[in-house]
Amino acid sequence: MRCMVLIKATEKTEAGVLPTAEQMAAMDKFGEEMIEAGVVVLDGAGLKPTSKGARIVFSGGKPTVLDGPFAETKELVAGFSMIQVKSLAEAIELLSRGPFDGGEIVEIRPLYEAEDFA
Amino acid sequence: MSEIHDAIDAVWRIESAKLIAALARTVRDVGLAEELAQDALVAALEQWPGAGIPRNPGAWLMTAAKHRAIDRLRRNTVLARKHEELAYGTEGAHAYVEKDFDAIGEEVEDDLLRLMLIACHPVLSTDARVALTLRLLGGLTTPEIARAFLVPESTIAQRIVRAKRTLSEARVPFEVPSGAELTNRLSSVLEVFYLIFNEGYSATAGDDWMRPALCEDALRLGRIMAELVPQEPEVHGLVALMEITASRSRARVGPAGEPILLLDQDRARWDHLLIRRGFAALERAEKLGGALGPYALQAAIAACHGRARTASETNWPRIVALYDALAQLMPSPVVELNRAVAVSMAFGPAQGLALVDALLSETALKAYHLLPSVRGDLLAKLGRLDEAGAEFERAATLTRNGREREFLLGRAAACRQ
Repeated sequence: MRCMVLIKATEKTEAGVLPTAEQMAAMDKFGEEMIEAGVVVLDGAGLKPTSKGARIVFSGGKPTVLDGPFAETKELVAGFSMIQVKSLAEAIELLSRGPFDGGEIVEIRPLYEAEDFA
Repeated sequence: MSEIHDAIDAVWRIESAKLIAALARTVRDVGLAEELAQDALVAALEQWPGAGIPRNPGAWLMTAAKHRAIDRLRRNTVLARKHEELAYGTEGAHAYVEKDFDAIGEEVEDDLLRLMLIACHPVLSTDARVALTLRLLGGLTTPEIARAFLVPESTIAQRIVRAKRTLSEARVPFEVPSGAELTNRLSSVLEVFYLIFNEGYSATAGDDWMRPALCEDALRLGRIMAELVPQEPEVHGLVALMEITASRSRARVGPAGEPILLLDQDRARWDHLLIRRGFAALERAEKLGGALGPYALQAAIAACHGRARTASETNWPRIVALYDALAQLMPSPVVELNRAVAVSMAFGPAQGLALVDALLSETALKAYHLLPSVRGDLLAKLGRLDEAGAEFERAATLTRNGREREFLLGRAAACRQ
């Protein structure tokens, strides 16, 4: 099954603070461990802070554009990756080993697959 | 309670290959390594539900396995001393010593590669290689493997026991060979992965047209391999071939489970993420230089389809050229049959039919349902419907897949109207 992993925003990510070389190295190492475990990262990226983004709100048949930044930091997404795993339990076990050092929220959301519509 | 078991399953799936690989290097016996790993799993199943999952479950399992190994070693040493008095030597397979365990876990990549090479060792039958690979590297249980291949559990269990014994008796060294020997051994590994993939993609028997879990397992193994030996173009070629092929999974089954042929598929339903990954893998193969190998060539053919937004945009002349190259490299009647299909698309059904007719005397294709199936298709396009119907009926009697049989009988019936 495929899961979308959403890494929620923090004050740092919203301020556009880039990860340090050490954090990047830890992330790379984590990625290697995932590959060795046979878990496949199909895609993924970090997102720029919401101050660089926009929202389109559809209401009354007319789109309204709202420029960032947006409030509710913890509800915002700062990065994502798409992984292929055997089960939600596997995704949880795996992401629990991520190089996160406190405060981060990582949300795991399985995708609807063809068999869900059968 | 079941939640913790799900979590233990997940840990096992993540850790088992690394664990077995590291143990196998140390105890120099794959069968014993697997038993030790299983012992560690049993210990985890006993202890974790009460104590909780440890912070570093991989290290915990390794320590547990190590303790079992050292226990056995001491027992065997005592036994060996007794045996020596009776003029027996120590058993070679168990000739490891305690200090070997100090280095465990230090060379994970090499360990995994060695384990892959050994699970697909040429001394083993193809069936045994497949079962052992799924068991040791895919983390599948014996019942899971049996279900995937629709054979009784006891058959798979025996196959695995026998395979482990064969490896032990042949004293297959646990090492990575170099040069041509490595290339040979790798090709055996790739063959096993592709076999697993194909069994999932076009199930040879049973009522389901596909068993997607097997495709995922094969893809996963291929992707791991691509990181272990990134310098080998054919590994990337195979990964590319599997990614692009798998991208069509959703589109090749209709609402009632019936097969939908490539050219009739709704291309919007292809998985474009997998196609992109396939293109990237193919590019890696191409960048390594040299002529493309058989897997990369097949991937290049699949990429031609992947690139075409509609079936009519397919670059058939290029596909014919790629099949020409493939036929030179890997002459086989099946490749010729595929080439004939490409020729018919590029230059017309009559030209394709001439090539197919030339294959009718091939003994290797006597029981191959796709020969009459392709021939029926070309005859139908040429308006020779009676002959086409007979060919589809013949193809239906040859396939062992229930879904495909229905499909072929449907085409036969359409020709008879």
